Amino acid sequence: MAKPEKELTWKDLEIGAVVTEPGNARQYRTGDWRSQRPTYKFDKCIKCGLCWVFCPEACFHQNDEGYFMADLYYCYGCGICAKECPTGVITMVEEEE
Amino acid sequence: MAKRVGIEVSVAIGEVVTMTNTDVIAAYPITPQTHIVEHLAKLVADGELDAEYIPVESEHSALSACLGAAAAGARTFTATAGQGLELMHEVLYIASSMQLPVVMAVANRALSAPLSVWGDHSDAMAVRDTGWIQIFTENGQEVVDNILCAFRIAEDRGVLLPVMVHLDGFHLSHVIEPILLPEQSEVDAFLPPNDYPLPLDPAKPVTMGDFGPPFIYTEVKWAQEVNLRKSMETILKCWGEFDRIFKRCYHPVECYRSEDAEVLLLTMGSFSETAMTAIDQMRQQGKNIGLIKLRLWRPFPFDEIRSAVRDAEVLIVLDRALSFGGPGGPVASEIRSALYNEDKRPKIVSFVGGLGGRDITVSGFSEMVNRGIEISKTGSKHEFEIFGARE
Ligand code: SF4
Ligand code: SF4
Repeated sequence: MAKPEKELTWKDLEIGAVVTEPGNARQYRTGDWRSQRPTYKFDKCIKCGLCWVFCPEACFHQNDEGYFMADLYYCYGCGICAKECPTGVITMVEEEE
Repeated sequence: MAKRVGIEVSVAIGEVVTMTNTDVIAAYPITPQTHIVEHLAKLVADGELDAEYIPVESEHSALSACLGAAAAGARTFTATAGQGLELMHEVLYIASSMQLPVVMAVANRALSAPLSVWGDHSDAMAVRDTGWIQIFTENGQEVVDNILCAFRIAEDRGVLLPVMVHLDGFHLSHVIEPILLPEQSEVDAFLPPNDYPLPLDPAKPVTMGDFGPPFIYTEVKWAQEVNLRKSMETILKCWGEFDRIFKRCYHPVECYRSEDAEVLLLTMGSFSETAMTAIDQMRQQGKNIGLIKLRLWRPFPFDEIRSAVRDAEVLIVLDRALSFGGPGGPVASEIRSALYNEDKRPKIVSFVGGLGGRDITVSGFSEMVNRGIEISKTGSKHEFEIFGARE
C-alpha cells in the first residue's frame, strides 16, 4: 500500500477490506502494548537460545557477539523470556514513559 | 417460453438454483426449510446439478463453509429458517463485511420458546443489522424470481454482498403453486457467470477477514455501509432487466389501490396476498383504503416509503415480530423514524400479529384496520397493539 496504514481512508480499502500485500503483519508495532521491557546481564548467558524459542512474538535475534536480544518494535513485554532463561540473564523493568 | 408448472415452492427453489449452475451448497436441514435442501441434495446426488453439496453438522458450519466457497470464487447457495438463522448469526456479519456473495433462502419461522416450527418474521428481524441485502416475497413466483435476481445482485461487481430471500415458512415453502419456471437460455441470458474479483488464489495471495485495529475499523464499517446503500442502484437495475426478459416487475415498495387512499395498511411477505383481498372488500364497502407492501427490507427504501405513504392520513403497520420491551414492531418503528422529520406524514398505528403461524384472515385484516382507524383518532396508551391475543 502506498499510504501508511494509519492514513488510509474508507475509499482506499479493497473489497471486503481484503489485504492484498502478503506479509504486511510485520508492519504492526506490537511493541506499543509493552509496559515492561527485558534487560540482560550477558555475563551469565550460556547462549542456549531458550529465550528465542519461548518468545511468543519470535522477536529475538543474535547480536554480533552471539547474545540474544529482543527487537523492541515487536516485544510486547510478556516476560516469558525472563521466566524461561535458565541462568537468570533477563530481568523485566518498567517502561518509564 | 417459460412453462407454467404446478410445483411446491421449495422444490421450485431447487430447480432454479440448479439453472444458475451453483457450484457449492452447504446446508443443515431445519423445518420449514427442509424441502429446499432435500431437493438440492437429490439433484446433486442424481447428477442433475454439478455442485459440491456439503452436509454439515450445524448452521454455523453451513454458512462458514459457504464463506470459504464464495471466497474461492464459487457460486454459493444455502437455506435455513428460525433457530438455524440464529445459529448462523455471527457468521452472517462476516459474510457481509468480507463481501462474499452468498445467496440464502430463509423459510421464515418463529423463534423458541415455546418451540414453534411455524411462520413469523422473528428470525428475519433478529438479523436485520447483519449487513445482508434482504428481500421479502409474497408468493411462489416471487420466490423463484427473486432467488434468481439474488444471484445477479449479490455477484455484481459493484455490490458483492450476500443476499437473503425471505419466504414465509409453510405459507410459502410448503404450498404447491402454478409457477413459471424460466428456460435455461433465459437464465443464461440474465445471469452472467460469477467472477469474484479477489478470490483465494495461491498465485496471488490475499488475507480475508484480517485483524482490524481501532485505527481502521471505523473506515471499514463506513465503507460497508456506503456499499450496502449504494447496492440499491444495482437492485433496481437488476429488477428492471428481469422485467425486460421475464415481463414481471419488482419494486422496493409496492402499492395496491393506494393512490388516493386515506388509510394505508402495510404488510410484508405472504400476508400481503390476504391483505389485498381484504382491501378489495373494504373498497367495495366504500372505505378509502390501500395497501403498501414492503419488499426490500435492506437496504431500506427511505425515499420510496416516504413518497408511497406521504398523502395518507393513517398508516397501519403489521409486524410479525415483537421487539420485547421496545417501540413496537420493528417495521413500524423503522417507518416511524423514516417519516419523523417529514412535514407531511400519516399517523402510524403499529400492530404485532401473525406470530408463530397464527393466521390472519380477510375479516381479521378488516378488524385490524377498523381498530387502527379508531386508535388513530383516540390515541393509544401503548407503542403498539398485539393483534389476536385472547384476553
Ligand atoms: S535463555 Fe537466557 S541463557 Fe539462554 S540464550 Fe537466552 S538469555 Fe542466554
Ligand atoms: S518479553 Fe515477551 S515478547 Fe518481549 S522478548 Fe520476552 S518473551 Fe518476547
